[in-house]
Amino acid sequence: MGRTIIEKIIQAHSRDDAAAGRIVWMDLDVRSARDFGGPNVVKNFEREYGGSPPADAAKTVFTFDLCAPACSLKYADNQQACRDFARKHGIQVFDVDRGVGTHVMIEEGLARPNGTVVGTDSHMNILGAVGCFGQGMGDVDVAFAFKTGRTWFEVPESVKVVLKGRLSPAAEAKDLTLFLCRELGTKRIALHSAEFYGEAVRDLALSGRITLCSMITEMAGIIGFIPENGPVVADADASYAGLVEFDVSGLPPQVAVPPSPNAVRPLADVRGTRIDSGFIGSCTNGRTEDFARAAEILKGRKVKKGVMLKIVPATRRVYEEMLKRGVLETLFRSGAIIVNPGCGGCAEGHVGLTGKGEVQISTGNRNFPGKQGQGQTYLAGPAVVAASCVAGEIAGPEDL
Amino acid sequence: MDENIRQGRAVVLLDKQGEIIEDIDTDQIFHNAHLHITDIAQMGSYALGNLEGWKDFPKTGREGDILIAGRNFGAGSSRQQAVDCFAALKVGAILAPSFSAIYFRNAVNSGFPVLKIHGLETMIAGAGIVTGDVIRFDVRSGRAENVTRGGALKIEPMSPVQYDIFLAGDLFKYGKNMK
Ligand code: SF4
Repeated sequence: MGRTIIEKIIQAHSRDDAAAGRIVWMDLDVRSARDFGGPNVVKNFEREYGGSPPADAAKTVFTFDLCAPACSLKYADNQQACRDFARKHGIQVFDVDRGVGTHVMIEEGLARPNGTVVGTDSHMNILGAVGCFGQGMGDVDVAFAFKTGRTWFEVPESVKVVLKGRLSPAAEAKDLTLFLCRELGTKRIALHSAEFYGEAVRDLALSGRITLCSMITEMAGIIGFIPENGPVVADADASYAGLVEFDVSGLPPQVAVPPSPNAVRPLADVRGTRIDSGFIGSCTNGRTEDFARAAEILKGRKVKKGVMLKIVPATRRVYEEMLKRGVLETLFRSGAIIVNPGCGGCAEGHVGLTGKGEVQISTGNRNFPGKQGQGQTYLAGPAVVAASCVAGEIAGPEDL
Repeated sequence: MDENIRQGRAVVLLDKQGEIIEDIDTDQIFHNAHLHITDIAQMGSYALGNLEGWKDFPKTGREGDILIAGRNFGAGSSRQQAVDCFAALKVGAILAPSFSAIYFRNAVNSGFPVLKIHGLETMIAGAGIVTGDVIRFDVRSGRAENVTRGGALKIEPMSPVQYDIFLAGDLFKYGKNMK
């Protein structure tokens, strides 16, 4: 019988029969840890395996992205513990200068089509955007993977999601993604792999594919793949647990309202909501295309007095592209605050938090209480965030 | 005793309306206010400490209890304490129609028995399983029965991988004998 994408990738890394529902042992092309989780990986590893080396240092990496450079003692200690361990074993470190780990792994070719990668990041499944199996795991799992180069995995069933129609120029990949967060919720692809088909996703550039795949976690899915024009495809006779179809032509911009990424409304419903701050970046919308879109709107305009707009490129390479294309200058002149690459806006990252009562509009992927501080966070695409920061209230580019 | 057999008192996690509670997340199981605790022995007293109606479980629960919960048990964060707190109380096993992927992995990797149960809602609606019933099952074959009332339960046996790790004690111990 034919195989879905996830079955094919896992099968290529396993001697067991990787049919959906089976638990198999699989080989991992890359095993990684970041500055959160990483120190516990090191602790587990040293307790269980003493000073012995990992299975293959060349396939083992650390990525520091959460708080870069460290702005609290906790992160500074965590990062140093990982660096010391890495030095001892000759493991590569993508240090605090590099940016979001998953994005760095894509840029460096560590995450490849048909490959397998694990790490201590619950958005590791972003790698589905390049046809790579990525999965976030706990520190016990990752320590074991460092030592053995393998992990066990329950091969999930897959759901086929067909998106008919093309996105209008007013809608971005993030609008499509938020729409799916609402429609699929946390049940329809829960614990499943999703395969997205149709014109609307065929048109997506890598940045848009990353946006969509980065929010599969918020839909409770295992991973998402976009085989359309992509390097990895399913067999024609593969079998699926379900089929979901949507027509997305004419989809208006979407906004997720606090406190859940699945509480999504059309922009029109929340237009005019006063904001204090905006954030563009994160693993979801931190690519050059995202900032270029924001710059189009901010060109010749100013962020409204009293509003702060924070910009965090996903990686150092993105930062460089923004520099070359003049995007950085446009954003700077608009009054935005631009910081170095990484996760920045999440957890207690290096771009700061929201305070109690603060209303923020963000391109991030989570607006759960506490994720980006104490304030209320709305989620939207870069165009809506940029326009809102000019208007001082939630707005689309056409409102300016 | 056969290490494959688990027997214990069923504790069915129902809400005030008598419905099985679904989507119990790790903050309800082991609240993030206690994440600084690293000694497993101390974790038991916080188990279910944030789940409405069940906050006294660490006092009312008994060694060997079999917890029965609704779908998507262990949603949310990846904290290992949400598994370890039950191990600390010597809970015998957790049965649910489904678990969050990360919770399931954490439990399997620490050798704690988590098994999928089918037809739970019908059983509860028909009073086929009630808190206090003694249930017995074989983790290997999935053969399961309600000893108190008679009648079979539909439990999915452990997969070979899960069983091997369970027998070894945890993932690390298992790995040391791995070929
Ligand atoms: S940007 Fe935020 S959500 Fe994305 S990987 Fe970093 S911490 Fe996680």
